[in-house]
Amino acid sequence: MELNDEQIERYSRHIILEQIGAAGQEKRLSSKMLIIGAGGLGAPAGLYLAAAGVGAIGIADMDRVDLTNLQRQVIHHTTDIGKEKVQSAADKMRAINPDVNVITHRMFVNAANIRGLIRPYDFVIDGTDNFAAKFLINDACFFESKPFSHAGILRFQGQIITVVPGSTCFRCIFDAPPPPGTIPSCSQAGVLGALAGVLGSLQATEAIKYVLGIGQLLTNAVLTYDALTMQFRKIDIARNPRCRLCGKEPEIDELTDEPLPACDLRGRKTHERAANG
Amino acid sequence: MKLTINGQEVDGVASNTVTDLLVEQKVKTPVYVSVELNGEILDRNQLDSATLKDGDRVEFLYFMGGGQWN
Repeated sequence: MELNDEQIERYSRHIILEQIGAAGQEKRLSSKMLIIGAGGLGAPAGLYLAAAGVGAIGIADMDRVDLTNLQRQVIHHTTDIGKEKVQSAADKMRAINPDVNVITHRMFVNAANIRGLIRPYDFVIDGTDNFAAKFLINDACFFESKPFSHAGILRFQGQIITVVPGSTCFRCIFDAPPPPGTIPSCSQAGVLGALAGVLGSLQATEAIKYVLGIGQLLTNAVLTYDALTMQFRKIDIARNPRCRLCGKEPEIDELTDEPLPACDLRGRKTHERAANG
Repeated sequence: MKLTINGQEVDGVASNTVTDLLVEQKVKTPVYVSVELNGEILDRNQLDSATLKDGDRVEFLYFMGGGQWN
């Protein structure tokens, strides 16, 4: 793909970077990335990937925008309340950059549909808000040999891990979700909005580095961020030979849905449901 | 005993096992924590038996869900 004059101007601050250049920008315009979850993490990731001129961006989510989202999910505006999140997010990404082909997937991501969902994409960003979805994305990306970025946020802390085929996976570190009875109710947890911006932007950074093949990815490691102490720490984590997914004697050979409680708009536990992208 | 816990040197640790260390370090929700000892992730059923010695490096890695609840 040849860049036209407008594209050369739009992407000039990337093109002048030695590691990117016009070739890198062209590569990016032909890449396809999927964001699962149009929430706190997916919002900044989607905005930056669109601005950067990623060729196709898929966005998967089942929810609608509500007032409690707006404190951190910066891709949604007050006027979007009640709208499908995928539509609201797609509108903003297209407004930032009409070059981008935004593909909306309004769906609950589950064991039955996730492999087909991720298959056409080059890189997956996990922007989900629950353990069930995070294990499902890890396992599905393993079976489909897809690279992905995991991130999680809670209160003032966040963590991010990049997983590519052959590197330490999420299950190497966390074998299984905590027992459902041990999960505190929604109202006990909160999160600093800007924290989501930090972690979601880091996920977009990893996605772009991956498609351009530049730098070192955050593989075989966890990066943790504490907003209160302003400490970033990178902790090296070797592959776990006893990992039930990618270890020497794997036990997991198919995808399953982990039932977990979901929250309603006011933060109460509601009903059991499948993982919500 | 001196350990390095989450990158910080901690002197005067009394715990002999990882399970005791989680209590001593006042980890509120141990069920949310995965433990790396000297670069190796421990199985949950090893926490009681994994013994600590001077100079060990321990990382507590927390499960983090998303922005809504955890």
